[in-house]
Amino acid sequence: MKQFFSNLWIKFKKSIRNYPKYMKRFFKDLFVLFRNNIRDYGMYIALITIFIFFIITTGGLFITPRNIFNLIQQTGYIAVMSVGMTLIIVIRHIDLSVGSIAGFIGAILAVLIVTYDMNAIIAIPIVLLIGITAGLLTGYLVAKIGIPAFVASLGGMFAYRGLIFNSLQNTGTLGVNNPIINAIGQETIPAIANVFGLHLLSVIIGVIAVLLFIYSEFRTRKEKSKYDFEVLPTDLFIAKLVFISITILTITFLLASYRGFSWVLVIVLVVVAIYHFMTNMTVLGRHIYAVGGNPEAAELSGISVKKITYFVFGSMGFLSALGGIMYLARLGSATFTAGEGLELQVIAGAFVGGTSAAGGVGKVTGSVIGALVMASLINGMQMMSLGTNYQAIVSGVVLVAAVIFDVKTRNMKKVQA
Amino acid sequence: MANYILEMHNITKTFPGVKALDNVNFKVEEGEIHFLVGENGAGKSTLMKVLSGIYPTGDYTGQIKLKGEVVDFRKISDSENAGLAIINQELALVPEMTVFENIYLAHEIKKRNIINWNQTIHMADKQLKRVKLNVNPGNKVKDLNIGQQQLVEIAKALSKNVQILILDEPTAALNENDSENLLNLLVELKKEGVTCIMISHKLKEVTAIADSVTVLRDGLTISTLRKNEINEIKIIKDMVGRSIDNIFPERKPQVEDEIVLETKNLNAYNFAVSKQVVKNASIKLKKGEVVGLAGLMGAGRSELALSIFGNPKNYDMDGDVFVHGKKVHFNHPSQALKAGIAYVSEDRKNEGLILKQDVKQNISLTNLKLLAKNGVIDKNKEIVYAEKYRKEINIKTPSIEQTVENLSGGNQQKVSISKGLFANPDILILDEPTRGIDVGAKYEIYTLINQLIDHGMSIIMISSELPELLAMSDRLYVVAEGKITGELSKADATQENVMKLATV
Repeated sequence: MKQFFSNLWIKFKKSIRNYPKYMKRFFKDLFVLFRNNIRDYGMYIALITIFIFFIITTGGLFITPRNIFNLIQQTGYIAVMSVGMTLIIVIRHIDLSVGSIAGFIGAILAVLIVTYDMNAIIAIPIVLLIGITAGLLTGYLVAKIGIPAFVASLGGMFAYRGLIFNSLQNTGTLGVNNPIINAIGQETIPAIANVFGLHLLSVIIGVIAVLLFIYSEFRTRKEKSKYDFEVLPTDLFIAKLVFISITILTITFLLASYRGFSWVLVIVLVVVAIYHFMTNMTVLGRHIYAVGGNPEAAELSGISVKKITYFVFGSMGFLSALGGIMYLARLGSATFTAGEGLELQVIAGAFVGGTSAAGGVGKVTGSVIGALVMASLINGMQMMSLGTNYQAIVSGVVLVAAVIFDVKTRNMKKVQA
Repeated sequence: MANYILEMHNITKTFPGVKALDNVNFKVEEGEIHFLVGENGAGKSTLMKVLSGIYPTGDYTGQIKLKGEVVDFRKISDSENAGLAIINQELALVPEMTVFENIYLAHEIKKRNIINWNQTIHMADKQLKRVKLNVNPGNKVKDLNIGQQQLVEIAKALSKNVQILILDEPTAALNENDSENLLNLLVELKKEGVTCIMISHKLKEVTAIADSVTVLRDGLTISTLRKNEINEIKIIKDMVGRSIDNIFPERKPQVEDEIVLETKNLNAYNFAVSKQVVKNASIKLKKGEVVGLAGLMGAGRSELALSIFGNPKNYDMDGDVFVHGKKVHFNHPSQALKAGIAYVSEDRKNEGLILKQDVKQNISLTNLKLLAKNGVIDKNKEIVYAEKYRKEINIKTPSIEQTVENLSGGNQQKVSISKGLFANPDILILDEPTRGIDVGAKYEIYTLINQLIDHGMSIIMISSELPELLAMSDRLYVVAEGKITGELSKADATQENVMKLATV
């Protein structure tokens, strides 16, 4: 026992002596980690920078629970659609019809609920199906008929806009006052209870998310070392775990101290989780990236490029419909201009998030962060009372800068630690 | 003393982590045909990029002298102005433009910025005559075959009053006939005083027309041989650093009577080019057999293979395919793979591999179902399998997580073959399995073919290198203009017999 403590004491003394050397190595490792993963981390660094900038310029108003809550509400429908757009761009296509489809779906949903007095529980699955059909139609034009997706979806963009006018011509702008739609637009998940003024269920979800994250990180690490693959040094690994856990918990507690997690946040998280899993872990996901990376090789490997194209456009249609429902819920009414220009915000989110137009490269999580970057910029500049002119200019510059960053870092060689 | 038109002294060029060229010396006499040979990665292309100014002065160390004067090329146009022209493997032609537009692209014949088209056409016609290409200069380049396109490239170089012509593997994509035409043309041009530097993997060409040969290995100049010293054995020994006694490994005949694959009167019509690419083709493949498909480039060999392999290019087809005696009808490669047929493409970069993905993801692509449970991939299993192929097929890569674009040609080809094998086929179609890879890697591929046959596989092999095809095949079919023009047993298969049938 005495021996053990004296050993520990010697170790401790030694580590104190080696502390400066240790820190030097730690930061060198950290630098190498960032340098080698700059493409993956760049987006997060950009987001953090933007946050810090706006926190300073708005005197902390930007980071208030209320504003973070609003920011999520504003980004939700764009983020959901960016997820679908990522896959579209990964397989080397584009979909310009998503904004009009979102608006069209909102209009139909409003008509079904208000004019036909349909229960939202029935109406929502119906419009989601219509969304999938619209997506498959674009997919048909691209995969089967063989016309460029740009043209096929541009046609859709005009046509669905027209259909919005058809749907609303008898009623004009149509207000929807339905409990489910309102919940999707504004409400938060039930709290169960309030503990110390915190929204309990949100806290529970946040904590579970952190635990799941830590567990999965440990599992991946264990498996990687099993095959002698490179893993992070232990200290960096722990630093990463701590940093991300704290980030998740901070956001959780921020939101829990205000109104808790909104349904919008829950929908976004579920969509991202499903698509993240699908792209990384499943055969379908691998096939999508193979088709994007090299369609000829994919075809000769026994993958049906046609089927993948149908699936990806169908999924885009589904997510456009989901985005359309969220958009309608947020506005509370179906309008003629709903979703106008939305497609470009969605595409911008995907590109800012590191999706490559050359195909085969892009992460759904990246696109969501990309959408959040764009939304944060607008939100922050609004708080600084900068006019829409500046907002537009800055958005444009950031979009181009993000892609320049992506192109410039694409062929960067990895350095050894 | 010899009259050197070009001298490169002590050229050293480093990339991060690798010394691509290490004090290379390279001297070319005026008016000779000088071959530059070496395995892939030996530094041949890098040396030519240094010479042509793609890597500007300062990017390397050493000195380049042209006709005794030190030159300083900072971009390609500098070297072009000095009378150098480089013709890369990937041709720099615009397919949608006409032949004459291409020949005078970027050095148009003009007056006050207005192009004189009549003069251009007239001059282009002259250059075409020089390279003995009998096409209308008004044809679009995309309508020419690869051999003709190659000649257009040379005409373009000649139109710039080139003194030194550099050709990087010009015959890699050409058939025997076109290759021979090209070599003859180079000899003709030599008489006109054009010096020619040529990179090639085909040693037959070297022995046929070279005046000098320089061998590079691992970025070092190993030897320069003059006309009377040139022989194939010596070159191979210098290239690989050891002597390879047998270019083709022996195989015990394993052919059984069982017919594993048969086509009867197969026809395929390609609408994209309005051409019948396969005409009434009937072939048989026996268990344990390597059947060669010989023929000229564009004769329809790959098209026949693809017609069997689920018709990925959507030809309009009729005729029957039998696998293990059962009539099959594949609408997609996935069905062919399921039936035990795998196809390894002739074009590994564009059709074979997903260059941006890593080794294991490429290998597993043909049979992800094997790794998946309920559609979710077991990544551990994937690693185990990929490691297995890396060891068995000897894929030289730092890790199976390396992206494929960073591998050498030979190793990319091994990944491409592994990918086919991962589908667990008993019939394998190898389309030009050794194109553009070095001697050592070729030998490994031949050995692999023999091993696969020993394990009970049956193989259809397509190759434009006749010696290889003759050595590896138990039997072969000759294809010409989509038709099977002959079937030759191993005993009857000679170069002459094949060429006679291939050129009907």
